[in-house]
Amino acid sequence: MVVQALKDQGVDVVFGYPGGAVLPIYDEIFQQNDIRHILVRHEQAAVHAAEGYARSTGKPGVVLVTSGPGATNAVTGLTDALMDSIPLVVLTGQVPTFMIGNDAFQEADTVGITRPCTKHNWLVSDTARLADTLHQAFHVATTGRPGPVLVDIPKDVQFASATYTAPKQARVSHYQPQVKGDIEGITDLVAALEKAKRPIFYTGGGVINSGPEATRLLRELVAATGIPTTSTLMGLGAYPANGTNWIGMLGMHGLYEANMAMHGCDLMINIGARFDDRITGRLDAFSPDSIKAHIDIDPSSINKVIRADIPIVGDIANVLADVIEVWKARGSKLNREGIAKWWERINEWKKVDCLKFTQKGKTIKPQHALARLEALTKDHDRYICTEVGQHQMWAAQYLGFNDPNRWMTSGGLGTMGYGFPASIGVQIAHPEALVINVAGEASWLMNMQEMGTAMQYHLPVKQFILNNERLGMVRQWQQLLHGERYSSSWSESLPDFVKLAEAFGAKGILCSDPADLDDAIMEMLNHDGPVIFDCLVEKHENCFPMIPSGEPHNKMLLGEASTKDAIKEGGAVLV
Amino acid sequence: MSALQIKKGSSKHSAYNLRPTFSDVQETHTLAVLVDNEPGVLARVIGLFSGRGYNIDSLTVAEVDHTGHTSRITIVTTGTPQVIEQIKAQLGRIVPVHKVNDLTVEGASVERELALLKVEGTGDKRVEALRLADIFRANAVDSTLTSFVFEITGAPEKIDAFAELMRPLGLVEMARYRRRGPAARPLIGATVTGLSRD
Repeated sequence: MVVQALKDQGVDVVFGYPGGAVLPIYDEIFQQNDIRHILVRHEQAAVHAAEGYARSTGKPGVVLVTSGPGATNAVTGLTDALMDSIPLVVLTGQVPTFMIGNDAFQEADTVGITRPCTKHNWLVSDTARLADTLHQAFHVATTGRPGPVLVDIPKDVQFASATYTAPKQARVSHYQPQVKGDIEGITDLVAALEKAKRPIFYTGGGVINSGPEATRLLRELVAATGIPTTSTLMGLGAYPANGTNWIGMLGMHGLYEANMAMHGCDLMINIGARFDDRITGRLDAFSPDSIKAHIDIDPSSINKVIRADIPIVGDIANVLADVIEVWKARGSKLNREGIAKWWERINEWKKVDCLKFTQKGKTIKPQHALARLEALTKDHDRYICTEVGQHQMWAAQYLGFNDPNRWMTSGGLGTMGYGFPASIGVQIAHPEALVINVAGEASWLMNMQEMGTAMQYHLPVKQFILNNERLGMVRQWQQLLHGERYSSSWSESLPDFVKLAEAFGAKGILCSDPADLDDAIMEMLNHDGPVIFDCLVEKHENCFPMIPSGEPHNKMLLGEASTKDAIKEGGAVLV
Repeated sequence: MSALQIKKGSSKHSAYNLRPTFSDVQETHTLAVLVDNEPGVLARVIGLFSGRGYNIDSLTVAEVDHTGHTSRITIVTTGTPQVIEQIKAQLGRIVPVHKVNDLTVEGASVERELALLKVEGTGDKRVEALRLADIFRANAVDSTLTSFVFEITGAPEKIDAFAELMRPLGLVEMARYRRRGPAARPLIGATVTGLSRD
């Protein structure tokens, strides 16, 4: 019944790991060919792989794990997906209903544990309701603000038989979030747009989650208005990095011009972003002179952190279509003179060239490694995953994303160990594409067991490790904030990554000389199979630009010289 | 429409009924949350408050509509206007939550219910049911030799108490009609919110 429901929901891949409490479902999977099961090596990786699959396809990712430890191992992935609004349906086995509460073998209160880290969850106690619940699960995961859901299925419920409920016969859920924006808010937004001298589009992951139509409409609106456009980490690719109005990512490690424009704008149009603390910096000095419009499908995002002057609750695609229509109907007016002057200022800021670096000597700068990776892969059908840390920020800065769903990174939760399994999920969804996981050596080791999965399914994922033998971001903060006392932030006893790759039957490449870099990257690209690329980089490189904790956007640090006493007492408690 | 009742044509400044912006004044609000009566729903609501650091001053839970499987959770909470609005929005996100009403903003209210209860039984149980009905001022509006249908009106708590007493005496079916209205104003009309399934 579970397998039938998954088929009816259009599922073609399930990431999972078997165990006692899900054996009946695995038995069914064994006896069919429509749904492919990908055996991971750890349940956390199953969830991240499903996230990679979901983010690169726009379809919900499906996970199947057993009770007890299977479910608890999935918790990090669930929380990650909740923070980044990724649609997942996670099925967990449970001990039989008559044993629940008895501390049975591999029993855990899965719905209790996962209640705060799922959008919703269910314990199915009656087989007659199983199919209906699964259909509800897909509805909730994919409707409104997407998120992970979990269905806990006791083993006796799996064995029992009942009449199957097809998706069409499923109960109509009362969960029907508002998708159409309020026309008064939209009119207010257009009126503000017509007058604004210094407008900016601040776009987020919501544009990508809303789907291809939202991306198309965003590009249409930006092209028609010529307004500068920035994006959060999550929203990269919705507006193309090679677009004429692109001013780069904003936020703590965003571009100087993007943050200065956010600070100086008079109309901020937030499209599907949530004023995360990595974006806003110091709240009382955040973009002090602007009217803030906020379009979001989740009413709780609005006025949570920053007060919205023009709030619009609705699906991005719907709202943008209405905005464009109303704006055109009112005569496509703009303060073109003001916007032209605004661009002059932004172009001045661009001249600071905040991402410039100098590659010299015999050590590879991590920025250089990524700049070369970008140059050699930008014309490929390319998907990028990352782990979490300095390399993640450098990847966001130095790689260009011209399409949505091409960039998979753990934004909200910041989960080290995310990128490798995510790259596996992406490669499963796009077997012919080039899938690269930009990693740090410490993050990568957190889910390195997935080399087994990559080998088993012949997934040619490229693990591009910027190895500085440090927990780079932690070390950077200790340098700026904790008097250069580098407490536990170096990577001791690292493996030989080339031998590690070979131990799994994969290819390992070591590169430490800038002169060899291009050849080594080409060797990685030309190898048909998983590659671990161990790129030894400058050990003490810091990630700039940076808005120090507790400071506003216009107080960015641009390089080493500006770091002394940059973080004041109040900022030190922030993360 | 989301569970959070955002007024159509919301004000120019906010989707919500925001009082002075982000002020530090602590306000106490009574929130009525209509939820699906399913396992764990109370834990979801309470978990939201503990997880996000909101206060609960008091909490009551009561079944609203047995056949429709809905309950009402009434929460008294304290916070700044921004926090109160955020609490309402967060409550509205919970999937089994149908509706969030801020009784403090919407004004004091009184609630009355009309309920019909079918009680089957013979002998002593039948006599006892009639006697209790008299105490609760319930009227027998239909009867056979083995059953009564009682009609009762009053506060939801009174209906709950009566139903509880009737259960061992042979309560087989119940339909409840509910109406909430502002205090000290005549109640006009009655909308049917029960009887959604039978």
